[in-house]
Amino acid sequence: MKLLSHIIKTEWKSLLRGKWVIGYTLIFLILTDTLLRFGGGGPETLLSLSNVMLLFIPLVGMIYGILYIYQSREFVELLLTQPIDRKVLYWGLFLGISTPLMAAFIIGSLLPLAWHGILALDGGSAALVLGLGGMLTLIFVSLGFVFGLMFYDDRIKGFGFTIVIWLFLAILYDGLVLMLVFLFGDYPLEQFVIVVSMLNPIDLARILVMLEFDISALMGYTGAVFNRFFGQNTGLVTASGMLMVWLVIPTWLGLRIFRKKDF
Amino acid sequence: MIEIKDLKKSFGDLQVLKGMNVSIPKGQATGIVGPNGAGKTTLIKTILGLVKSDSGMIHVNGTRLNGDWLYRKDIGYMPQVARYPENMRVYELLHFIKGLRDQEAVYEEELIEQFNLGPELEKPLRTLSGGNRQKIGATLAMMFNPEILFFDEPTAGFDPRSSHKFKQRVKKEKEAGKTIFITSHIMSELEQLVDHVIFILDGNIRYYGSMANLLELSSEERLEAAIARLMDEPLNNSASKNEQTKNSASTLKMEFA
Repeated sequence: MKLLSHIIKTEWKSLLRGKWVIGYTLIFLILTDTLLRFGGGGPETLLSLSNVMLLFIPLVGMIYGILYIYQSREFVELLLTQPIDRKVLYWGLFLGISTPLMAAFIIGSLLPLAWHGILALDGGSAALVLGLGGMLTLIFVSLGFVFGLMFYDDRIKGFGFTIVIWLFLAILYDGLVLMLVFLFGDYPLEQFVIVVSMLNPIDLARILVMLEFDISALMGYTGAVFNRFFGQNTGLVTASGMLMVWLVIPTWLGLRIFRKKDF
Repeated sequence: MIEIKDLKKSFGDLQVLKGMNVSIPKGQATGIVGPNGAGKTTLIKTILGLVKSDSGMIHVNGTRLNGDWLYRKDIGYMPQVARYPENMRVYELLHFIKGLRDQEAVYEEELIEQFNLGPELEKPLRTLSGGNRQKIGATLAMMFNPEILFFDEPTAGFDPRSSHKFKQRVKKEKEAGKTIFITSHIMSELEQLVDHVIFILDGNIRYYGSMANLLELSSEERLEAAIARLMDEPLNNSASKNEQTKNSASTLKMEFA
């Protein structure tokens, strides 16, 4: 435990010195503040914020994760020759780099929400949106780790894969589902659509936002079906649970690869 | 004491280590030589636990390597390429590694002094010259006073003065009874630092024995010429030579594919 916190603290220090985590905080700070000023405040602002977040965080998280693996290659190899457990090193590195990114999003968005008084007004919804952003950060940084370790010697492939996965999950996915539904509209497809929406963490987060604000029409097809099938409360619990599974699978996979890998 | 038995490793279709056997006693200084891609780095990485072997056994000080990590507390490693987190400062890096190892850094100050790293301590690592980064690598490898030391192409980035200081330090470690491994392409350097040689070609150990024997065997005066000869010589030729010298040279051991 002492070793783990030692690694995490060192990563934090080193990251805070590289100014760009602070820049990332500022982006969300300015964005949220602008949305609040021009959007009039209230649920619309939180919705706009979550739309940006759903698109932006997965990309930044994955690129950040994979970039860390590529940039710190020699350093990680040096650390691996020290008398420490690979497992501890993996968790130390992962938590050490993902938590500052998560904090950057949460703090950057939280401050404007606080000074515009949204927190007092709509605290539950705000907490949900910020929590989802944090969760997506962890999930996609760990996916970035997985791809970085999988394509350890081939950076071009690694980055290419990352971009394709992001395009697929963030942009194409809902459209493909809609197309399938359109093509096979004569068959009962609800269960199929629910299963499919659970296979995409961005969709799950979108569904959670939608259930919270109860605006199924605005948030894509899978969300609408989800709402009708589960109703609000069961839906929230199911989608949150699935998102947890989505956090566990890539981190576990990353750990597995990290432990077995030849560096 | 390091014992390696029938060590094999492939990366995909490429067989990098093809069944290596070698036993290195405590306190020996060994140079690992061979052409690029022969398997030198893979061999070292396997002993360090960075690469996991496909088959065969490695014992380090009697502990069999099986994914356990505690044996590495007796090992110091200076990598070929030294790259560290850009924003970290030198003293922070030293502090970080000390926290990881939980051992007393007995030689920290001595090494900093010896390598003139004092003025660099407060600087971020990205601003350091390649040579200074190498010196930090050497400091990290030796400051915990480990029993076994690995240096992978150590002097490549050094200026003559640093190189001289580094060699003096390694000699001192050798006198203190450390087991030392050095890979290098600079044979004159190995002549100064080691007394045993492992010559690797195509994933096999082609020669392991004392340097004096190798020179005698190849009737050359310099290591460079002897190694060059070993690379050129056809297999059967050196095999017959091996027959002749096997009885006379007890420390000599040759292996063939």
